[in-house]
Amino acid sequence: MERNNQLHRQVILSRQSLFDQGFLDEQFLQLEELQDDANPNFVEEIVTLHYRDSARLILSIEQALSVENFPFLNPKLLFSYLFYCLVQQVKRQLWCLKVASFLCLCRERNPLDFNKLDSLMHQFKGSSSSIGAKKVKAECTLFREFCSAGNGEGCIRTFQQLKKEYATLKKKLEAYFQLARQAGPAQTACRPK
Amino acid sequence: MMDNGFSSPRHDPFPAGLRVLVVDDDLTWLKILEKMLKKCSYEVTTCGLAIDALHLLRERKDRYDIVISDVNMPDMDGFKLLEHVGLEMDLPVIMMSVDGETSQVMKGVQHGACDYLLKPIRMKELRNIWQHVLRKKIHEVRDIEILEGMESIQMTRNGLDQSSDGHLLCGEDLTSVKKRKEAENKHDDKDPGDSSSTKKARVVWSVDLHQKFVKAVNQIGFDKVGPKKILDLMNVPWLTRENVASHLQKYRLYLSRLQKENDTKTSVGGGKHSDSPSRDSAGSFGIQNSINIQRNDISNGSYGFSGNSLIVRNVEPRSQENERKGIVSKTAVEPKRALAVEVPDPCKPKSSEMEFGHSFTSPASEVNFAEFGSNFPTKFSWCAIPQSQLKQEQNPLHLDAGFSQRTRPGKQQHIQVDYPQPSPPIISGSSVTERNMDGSVKIKPIYDECRNNGSQVSSARSTMDSYQVQTKTYEVNHQAYEPISTNTSSLKNQAAFNLSSISDLESAQKSINWAMSPLATLDDDFQVRWVQGDCYAMNLGLQNIEFPEYFDGGLLADVPTHLYENLYDSTECSVIEQGLFIA
Repeated sequence: MERNNQLHRQVILSRQSLFDQGFLDEQFLQLEELQDDANPNFVEEIVTLHYRDSARLILSIEQALSVENFPFLNPKLLFSYLFYCLVQQVKRQLWCLKVASFLCLCRERNPLDFNKLDSLMHQFKGSSSSIGAKKVKAECTLFREFCSAGNGEGCIRTFQQLKKEYATLKKKLEAYFQLARQAGPAQTACRPK
Repeated sequence: MMDNGFSSPRHDPFPAGLRVLVVDDDLTWLKILEKMLKKCSYEVTTCGLAIDALHLLRERKDRYDIVISDVNMPDMDGFKLLEHVGLEMDLPVIMMSVDGETSQVMKGVQHGACDYLLKPIRMKELRNIWQHVLRKKIHEVRDIEILEGMESIQMTRNGLDQSSDGHLLCGEDLTSVKKRKEAENKHDDKDPGDSSSTKKARVVWSVDLHQKFVKAVNQIGFDKVGPKKILDLMNVPWLTRENVASHLQKYRLYLSRLQKENDTKTSVGGGKHSDSPSRDSAGSFGIQNSINIQRNDISNGSYGFSGNSLIVRNVEPRSQENERKGIVSKTAVEPKRALAVEVPDPCKPKSSEMEFGHSFTSPASEVNFAEFGSNFPTKFSWCAIPQSQLKQEQNPLHLDAGFSQRTRPGKQQHIQVDYPQPSPPIISGSSVTERNMDGSVKIKPIYDECRNNGSQVSSARSTMDSYQVQTKTYEVNHQAYEPISTNTSSLKNQAAFNLSSISDLESAQKSINWAMSPLATLDDDFQVRWVQGDCYAMNLGLQNIEFPEYFDGGLLADVPTHLYENLYDSTECSVIEQGLFIA
């Protein structure tokens, strides 16, 4: 009993901290209200569904962001270009310049597709709003602002931050649900001796 | 569709049991909304794709009361779905989105959404969605009554052989009734177009305008009709396509209800045909019919309870007078009909009329009018009096009155137009049925059209897998992509393919598998010059993974010769110079 009471207290505290620290908002409360005898694990089911959708979207966004990065860093691309230059018999001293210009061109020719990024982030924001992921949603909004401003750097930075917040929330929620499962339904704790 | 509004299977009061269709590509939200709506005691159907939703809606037009749809969906724009639903099924649609920007909300309103909800959606917002269903029904009834009013005014203008004081009197009453209705509408109507002067000023469909409209529709042929065609034919400069579209929608509804009631009446009335004519039985039969009809019509909603009192009212006036039984209630509510009756020759043998009156309720009323017409002046003055009274009484029961009364003027309209002189009872009977068939034939094509669209879509779907086809380029792309997915080893093939479909790629970016998307960002000339491997490799994150295979000595050996070939072409050279060699 004592152990149970302690667990329950922990559950309550853990839940409250999620709200207090701004990880979750009223939507999570709505989900809890929807949980009933017909759907006793409703909240967890929704959160699981959300993870599935959001993981897919994060991957898509990453890919959309990374296309630009590769040509810069890929030595093979560089190699092929240099070989071409050799064949072309251009002056050696200009090679560096050519390489630099080539890389710039790569970026120019492969700019970030902000429309696509915005669209993906819109979906991600919708998914985050379904469980009330407050901090994650804030990052989504910021990301979309950078998209509409055409600021690729801002987008990439925000996305890194977003992934951090997402991971943090996921960890906290998983801990919370595990604790809740351990503690068991509240009624058992109140059972008289 | 509920068959009997009075004995409702639901035990909870309205709005419990409201049938909602939810469309959203986000499965998490779909589940949440489903749970929320169930908690509101609504009947929920969920759908992940707009196309599926349209199929469901077209399958049975009256299976749902309201549709809730997300704005951003992969296969179809939410606004497009909204348009379709509004035009084909005329159901209230609520849009929802996580994005609450004014421009988006405005777009929703302009496309005809009843409401725009912001995600995250609270349950209390969903509790009140029934108001949109109710509001739409009320407006529909009003619009249809206005239509009726216009039709009958039209008829009186057409068939104006007899002019008498009483006639003119009723004519004025008619227009005043119509004006009052319009005034009511303008007052109560909360359409955005009403108050604000931004997009559309409210169009008043005058009788003349409506006449032009109907003429245009008949000219085009009801099954081929479209707002644009009507607009062109009508040749009214200030009228917009949207005005015509909404009016057409109402007109279609009106006609379909006409036809529906004809069907119900023929089924109900057929049995009574052999009864011996007598005033009382005719009157009571009329009441019976009207009860049945009201029952059937009220089935759409749970507003049926008020119908009882309406019937009672019908009975009372009837008991007053013999010949005027059926007439009283009907003329009271819709005095315009009395006018319409003028045209058929009133000097008909009563027995034949009465027989006819047994088979159809509305022709019965019509027949009564015919006799009524013979003692014309006195009856008219009489009809003028109670009309305003009863009109007031009937107002709260707008809904139900509208349902049952609606059909008669319409029928008469058809009759008047085609058969001005011959004995109305007999021929109008057949004309009614003909009209029924016409009406049904005319109305069916709309449904068939929709079904065809649906089947076209479904056949496209079957070929396209998950790629929802909206344009031809999409189809082309999909077919073209199959070689890529099956033959990824050959770099040359891919590159060659890239050349041909680069423009398609750009346009179809969104629906394409992410692996293909980087291709879309390439420019034409850049692509062409860097055909063999280099450009392809450097642009794709994906392709970089496969790079090691391509970068063996063999390929490298190939490259220079090809490049040489390219190089010594002067035009290509210059492009390369311009494009890449910035020095």
